[in-house]
Amino acid sequence: MTAMTPPVIELRDVHKRFVSAPDLLQKIVGAVARQPAQTRTVHAVNGVNLQIAKGEVLGLVGESGCGKSTLGRVVAGLHPATEGQLLYKGQDVSQLGGQDKLAYTLGVQMVFQDPQASLNPRQKLHQILGEALHVHKLAPAAEVPGKVDAALAEVGLASEYRARLPHQISGGQRQRIGIARALMVTPEFLVCDEPVAALDVSIQAQVINLFMDLRAQRGLTYLFISHDLGVVRHISDKVAIMYLGKIVEMAPTAEIFGQAQHPYTQALLAEVPDVGRRKRVFTPIKGEIPSPLNPPSGCTFHPRCPHAMERCKQEVPRLRETAAGHVTACHLLD
Amino acid sequence: MMQPDKSLMTIDPSKRAQPLQDTPQRRAILKKLRSKPSVKGAVIALVLLLAVVLLAPFLSPQNPYDLGALDLMDGRLKPMSEAASGMTYWLGTDDQGRDMLSAILHGLRISLMVGLSAVVLATIIGSLVGLVAAYFGGWVDTVLMRIVDFILGFPTILVALVLLAILGRGVDKVVIAIVLVQWAHYARIMRGRALQERKKEYIEAAKNLGFPGWRIMTRHLLPNCMGPVMVFATIQIANAIVLEATLSFLGVGVPITEPSLGLLIANGFQYLMSGDYWISMFPGLALLALILSINLIGDRLREALDPRK
Amino acid sequence: MTIPLLEVQDLQTVFHTEEGAWPAVSDIDIRLEAGEILGLVGESGSGKSVTGFSIFGMIDAPGEVTQGKVLFKGQDLRELSAESMRKLRGDRIAMIFQDPLMTLNPVLRIEEQMLEAIDAHQKLPKAQALQRCVEALAMVGIPAPEKRLRSYPHEFSGGMRQRVAIAIAMLNRPDLIICDEPTTALDVTIQGQILYRMQQICQAQGTALIWITHDLGVIAELADRVAVMYGGRIVETGTVAEVLDAPRHPYTQGLLNSLPAQATPGERLTQINGMAPSLSGRVPGCAFAPRCSRAIPRCVDEQPPVTTIPGRAFRCFVPLEAPAA
Repeated sequence: MTAMTPPVIELRDVHKRFVSAPDLLQKIVGAVARQPAQTRTVHAVNGVNLQIAKGEVLGLVGESGCGKSTLGRVVAGLHPATEGQLLYKGQDVSQLGGQDKLAYTLGVQMVFQDPQASLNPRQKLHQILGEALHVHKLAPAAEVPGKVDAALAEVGLASEYRARLPHQISGGQRQRIGIARALMVTPEFLVCDEPVAALDVSIQAQVINLFMDLRAQRGLTYLFISHDLGVVRHISDKVAIMYLGKIVEMAPTAEIFGQAQHPYTQALLAEVPDVGRRKRVFTPIKGEIPSPLNPPSGCTFHPRCPHAMERCKQEVPRLRETAAGHVTACHLLD
Repeated sequence: MMQPDKSLMTIDPSKRAQPLQDTPQRRAILKKLRSKPSVKGAVIALVLLLAVVLLAPFLSPQNPYDLGALDLMDGRLKPMSEAASGMTYWLGTDDQGRDMLSAILHGLRISLMVGLSAVVLATIIGSLVGLVAAYFGGWVDTVLMRIVDFILGFPTILVALVLLAILGRGVDKVVIAIVLVQWAHYARIMRGRALQERKKEYIEAAKNLGFPGWRIMTRHLLPNCMGPVMVFATIQIANAIVLEATLSFLGVGVPITEPSLGLLIANGFQYLMSGDYWISMFPGLALLALILSINLIGDRLREALDPRK
Repeated sequence: MTIPLLEVQDLQTVFHTEEGAWPAVSDIDIRLEAGEILGLVGESGSGKSVTGFSIFGMIDAPGEVTQGKVLFKGQDLRELSAESMRKLRGDRIAMIFQDPLMTLNPVLRIEEQMLEAIDAHQKLPKAQALQRCVEALAMVGIPAPEKRLRSYPHEFSGGMRQRVAIAIAMLNRPDLIICDEPTTALDVTIQGQILYRMQQICQAQGTALIWITHDLGVIAELADRVAVMYGGRIVETGTVAEVLDAPRHPYTQGLLNSLPAQATPGERLTQINGMAPSLSGRVPGCAFAPRCSRAIPRCVDEQPPVTTIPGRAFRCFVPLEAPAA
């Protein structure tokens, strides 16, 4: 058996907590009012294990507050993990230094959700694209304009656009510039954080096609974060469903959409508006999405779960393999 | 490889649909839209101010700082009076025999220079502090902002008075006094804006691309946070000028030999009641005109700096 | 035959700029019966929101409604005085926006805002008005409504704020509610809850809805009829089944094809090339022509007239085939 190349990205029991400690004024007020100010902890990512192999697309699905964006940023190195290990090509990222660290920083690039906020409003497009090449001396100065034009062409923009400012192009075009910028440093892995959520449907299709083309041409690996199940289904090989910081189910795409096992996944699939359905009688899932500041006990989904048992309130379910390549965290399946 | 976005370019401008015809309601609506200060006013103001600063020594009939040229006998002459030398005192003379027109032209120059240099220096220092505080956060932010709070706790005039009492009189010392108190305002404004801006995704993208911190601060964060600082700065030019005028009026600003507008107004104060209005009034009007012009220019400058226009 | 609840005829709204008056929406014809749900579908720049605002009478300078009639129960809203229109708004016709904070004043308690909405249109004794508020909040599914009346908007989550906005909109039992993308910014499970509530309300009270969105899936599940907009015009209308199962206009077809849900996973999506034109960048003819794979030269120069079959209409010189009868 040939040695397996390590997965491009591996997460081992990764946690990310945001702590907001009370400042001096809040402590004083708390002492006076005899209600001590609380240190609030948001457990955005609560023990995630993941492996993404080269060339794979993992779709990460969840609603607001589930921690998917935070997880994406941890993978990209924008937030250091509070606990746990992040391995890039088999190496622990926190132990890297110098050139290796730079290789990781540039090797894992992020494409952001808001096309407007993700571009510096005062930089012309050719500056946005060429900057990384200059800063890291990835190409001689004379070659940079050529590379910029090639990058523009790769994402479907004519070279006339190089002198424009971000507000002079459309949302879909801005998103393409964001992708081109990420590609300038020849990454191996792209974290795509809701990259098409802010775009019109017909533009979404163009950008999704672009992602698929780039993956084929450049051999990229993606962590594709989205709340849109339709998009995720189209582009992903595997899908992971996140709820309040934990992965509750993960399986190959066809499995998730055909045989969803976790009640939350089933509810999500039922709720997604489907063009094929007509005049539906809505039977929505009850309750609000809980706040990550105050998560429910045991299985965090239990207040909203139609099948909740006593055990669900007390015990946190663990991810168990319930079918080939299919893991679920639910007491119902024991 | 994707096909470039041709749809925009295949539409020949001559093939585009034309807008609808003019109607009276349309003209009325457009008139309402255009109620912004006119470009012309700002340009005229700018040209005049530049002329004053550059040409004051040449335009003024008399050098008001040359004590030898003054003749006490010519003191307190009415506007349009004739001097013994044949020169016309267009705006009269003050008690020292100084030609008011010349004094005002030079005074404008001093006021403008004080206002501009104080603001430029305060902006540079304050913006830097605010930017560093916002970018690094944590204890750096806490320490810097407590210093800012401390300074902002003192009334500007009092600090300036004390500083000038220690440093002595002089144009440069006035600028130092103003800067030492004012920079804190800029720091706070810059920090506030930078705190918002640094959360934006293009800053995250810059970090993701491995750019060093100083580059992100100066090339990405700073240019996008200048807006509110510029707005504040243009208002503060006028304030700095008034502050200097006040200090000079109180007698601690510029020396008597190089009068600024404030000092001229102060000098003329005592004669106001005796009917020699011109010694205070004309410098006062000049000060007013100066401040209005600066604000007008400031408005246009702010609009020009917005990349979206 | 009873007159329809709402009949919009030949509506045109323009935006005045230095170059001239650009029409944002033109030739808008809508017909809505009492209790009907109409989906107004389009992408950015299609004019769907402008249409909603024009019907509601909320177009301000530099915009102007320059043509057409908005017949509400037979009465032309454009002819009404500002005072009469104000009486109608919030009482017979209401509007909900994408951002609930456009409806809710962040510094006032919900109770004050709801009482104000009732008070503007009828004089009720306070106890009765409060009772109506509690009922409205219960109807949109806010738990413990008597207590929540005293809350401020920021004490609610996004989905609940939108529900409060809906509650305010239906306080006076309006005949028509115009909803401008109310669930676009909400999570899928929360959207499901809101759609459920809206459906309940419409069935219980016979309220008609104009639901403005870009999400075809929501329209498919919620609406009775749909109007598809592009470049400021309605390009196709019909019942939801007719339009979504057998579209006649190439844009509608293109839109349906570009949905990932309609495609085979892993294959390229059938995309519509190019982008929607800006206000000033449209051609004199069909606005979709530059992007249309079926376009003929005539499409760019001439505005296609409406082809009407009873209950069904579309604007196209080269429409798709009609389904076999």
